[in-house]
Amino acid sequence: MQQQQLLKVVFVGHVDHGKSTLIGRILHDTESLEDGKIEQVKKACAEEGMEFEFAFLLDALLEEQEQNVTIDTTRIPFRTKRRQYSIIDAPGHKEFLKNMITGASNADAAVLVIAASEGVREQSRRHAYLLTLLGIKQIVVVVNKMDLAEFSKERFDEIKNEYRKFLVDLGLEARAFIPASAKTGDNVAQRSKEMRWYHGPTVLEALDATEPTPSLVDLPLRFSVQDVYRFDERRIIAGRIETGTLRAGDQLVFSPANKTSTVNSIERWNADGDRPAVAGDSIGITLTEQIFVERGYVASHQAETPIETNRFHADLFWIARNPLHVGRLYNIRLGTQDLKCQIVSIEQVMDSSTLERIIEKREQLQRNEVGRVTIQTRAPLVLDNYDRIANLGRFVIVDDNTICGGGIVFGGVYTDRTVAKSKNIFWTEEKITPMQRAVHLGHRGAVVWFTGLSGAGKSTIAQGLERELFNRGMHTYVLDGDNIRHGLNSNLGFSPEDRVENIRRVSEVAKLMADSGAVAITAFISPYRVDRRRAREIALEGKAEFVEVFVDAPLEVCEARDPKQLYKKARAGEIRDFTGIDAPYEPPEDAEIVVRTDKQTVDESIATILEQLLPRLKPDDAND
Amino acid sequence: MTGTQRTHLDQLENQSIFIFREAYRAFKNIAMPWSMGKDSNVLIWLAQKSFFGKIPFQVLHIDTTYEFPEMLEFRDWATWHYKLNLVVKINEEARKRGIGYETHDPVTVTHELKTVALQQVLAEHKWDALITGIRRDEDPTRAKERYFSPRNAQFEWDYKDQPPEFWGQFAASAAKGEHVRVQPLLDWTEVDIWRYIQREEIPIPKMYFAKNGKRFRSLGCSPITHPIKSDADTIDKIIAELEETKTSERAGRAQDHHERNAMQKLRAKGFL
Repeated sequence: MQQQQLLKVVFVGHVDHGKSTLIGRILHDTESLEDGKIEQVKKACAEEGMEFEFAFLLDALLEEQEQNVTIDTTRIPFRTKRRQYSIIDAPGHKEFLKNMITGASNADAAVLVIAASEGVREQSRRHAYLLTLLGIKQIVVVVNKMDLAEFSKERFDEIKNEYRKFLVDLGLEARAFIPASAKTGDNVAQRSKEMRWYHGPTVLEALDATEPTPSLVDLPLRFSVQDVYRFDERRIIAGRIETGTLRAGDQLVFSPANKTSTVNSIERWNADGDRPAVAGDSIGITLTEQIFVERGYVASHQAETPIETNRFHADLFWIARNPLHVGRLYNIRLGTQDLKCQIVSIEQVMDSSTLERIIEKREQLQRNEVGRVTIQTRAPLVLDNYDRIANLGRFVIVDDNTICGGGIVFGGVYTDRTVAKSKNIFWTEEKITPMQRAVHLGHRGAVVWFTGLSGAGKSTIAQGLERELFNRGMHTYVLDGDNIRHGLNSNLGFSPEDRVENIRRVSEVAKLMADSGAVAITAFISPYRVDRRRAREIALEGKAEFVEVFVDAPLEVCEARDPKQLYKKARAGEIRDFTGIDAPYEPPEDAEIVVRTDKQTVDESIATILEQLLPRLKPDDAND
Repeated sequence: MTGTQRTHLDQLENQSIFIFREAYRAFKNIAMPWSMGKDSNVLIWLAQKSFFGKIPFQVLHIDTTYEFPEMLEFRDWATWHYKLNLVVKINEEARKRGIGYETHDPVTVTHELKTVALQQVLAEHKWDALITGIRRDEDPTRAKERYFSPRNAQFEWDYKDQPPEFWGQFAASAAKGEHVRVQPLLDWTEVDIWRYIQREEIPIPKMYFAKNGKRFRSLGCSPITHPIKSDADTIDKIIAELEETKTSERAGRAQDHHERNAMQKLRAKGFL
């Protein structure tokens, strides 16, 4: 049995223009209803003294008689000789925009219904506009209720010309304009005897001629990372191929980190792993070089990487009850990325029914409005222009865990310095809580305490970690001998008491920094367990997260490296009490993170730390 | 083109895996109800696909105490076979009160032994997400569902005001005491399920196959689940039979038909 692709068709149109009747008629004429359903509805109508209508078939199917309006998106299957269809019924009522978007965003094609008796109305235009925002380009326009317009060619042409012009302005071209009557069945499944002047397709013929959304395989590769799994010895990067093709052996660039690695294997369970992964595939990959990767990263091929920016333009539709405010903090979700953002400005608002552009600065976008906006994110966002790669060119705006609007990206990056940054941030008078700081900064404050022998690589790794965190938009700073010994602790020497005091002061400073919301990274040998335990206690007193990182390498390795020639001097007796030579080093027994710098490269060590550190810095847990 | 033509089943499978992984990332404490029925077993299979052979959350069987013995046998075998972390829940309290098909109507019994049992076990384990195997084509009320569908603390489903869901972005969070139903099979049809079982060779209970001119098309509690007339004793024959039929899948499930809109009432109160 041949398996034809399913075609998902959304039905839209102004209220009472006959969408439900048309769907009912299609279900009836394609014999897609359950046995006895029609008789049952006819009987019910007779009992209530009502004339039978095709719309009742749909209503009966949806158990919505008491409402007599379509209340939410539903899916209704029917079948023609050519293939299987799924009708997405989207409501015609203005207030149900969110349901229409939910339904229509999945559709391959749209049927737009206009009643001949009433002509093009507000929602006829608004819905077409929304279809363009949703990227649905295959549109069949049904001019319904031709029986009420005496099957007049003039009336049909009038509506067709008016609406075609509107669609052209939107950059759309309808596949067909069909004069029809859902009530009488003219030109739905059967060719009309009343309208012999019409030679185009019937509604079903027009649908059968529509192709499913064209393949995304031929576009550049975009692999959205959903998660990194370590269920067994494998480290599997799981995600979805949004567009393009990915093969084992491909060199990938991971944005926004811009790290490269090679695909070692494509992982699938109970399936052929060697097969290339193509657009739409949910797969896993392993890499040859273990770079740090997390949810939200996008992998691409070197030659065709996505845009990386923290400021861009978009057309945004708003569906939440509360208006969108310029300057307020929202979350933006694009693919698997989730970042804090602000709407910097609303440049114009589009009246979606007249397509009139209202060019005036606005501070708010009301429900059901569409605006052209500038968005700024806290950290770099990986994206594409919508007209190039739709999957990475569209996003939703989330407030309080609720999807409030959606938008499409255009025009790539540019910086408009005339627009003020982050205005209208709402301040309150109360003392700022750690959670407020965490939400504001996008991460919790923490003390990341490095310990290890001289030459183990603490400073190098600390600086690298600082850079990685900074690139993520995080507030971070490294405390090390260079910036502490010369200032704050310039009165301290290297006697045992002074070393203890040195570490105590570093502990207090790190705690204050963490309390301010920063991720304070300390890079000191800190050889004694008791000192490190105190550092932990000081941090915990301030309710800051404390993460001990053991930068581990054998003494011989550190001595061989000897970057500052200190071991040499210690061996020569020029320095006394040098850790590892004539002073002890007490390795941590339960450090949160351990890296082995004799076995791991600097990048691998940083990747290990990031992987374990970042989950601890999520603001969600800040209210514990 | 690469020559790698994706079929309709490939599309469904990959979309389901995507949803599984989004759910696993979004929720801390997940359970997957499992009835041992065909859809449930497809769900188990897809979970393994999503997590490379591991099912990293608990699997829940609501035991109504009216289970077919063959289903319990299958449960024990599959639990061992898939190494499931299985939780079995019986609403003991309702059984003690004498709630049962012998004395009560099927809507009441279904509500008590399934929905209330689910409420109890959810409260015990504090799950914030349930991964269910419901499909849009099963029932008109299920046709309105979202992939991520929030339920309030009373288990109620506000189907008139559901969160928007588009572009692969979901309502992926639950407030305290609430939970989200995650429904990876929503787009699948009954025939899709069978074709997938066939393609992947997924183990299912034998009761789906015809014996002595009868087979079960949908499986529930033994007193209220009735076989249909059928000679379909292979998956091929079942698929051929479904291509022809115009009666609904759940026609043999008495609780759906006890009164008008029974399913809608059951589901609004928290039934899967």
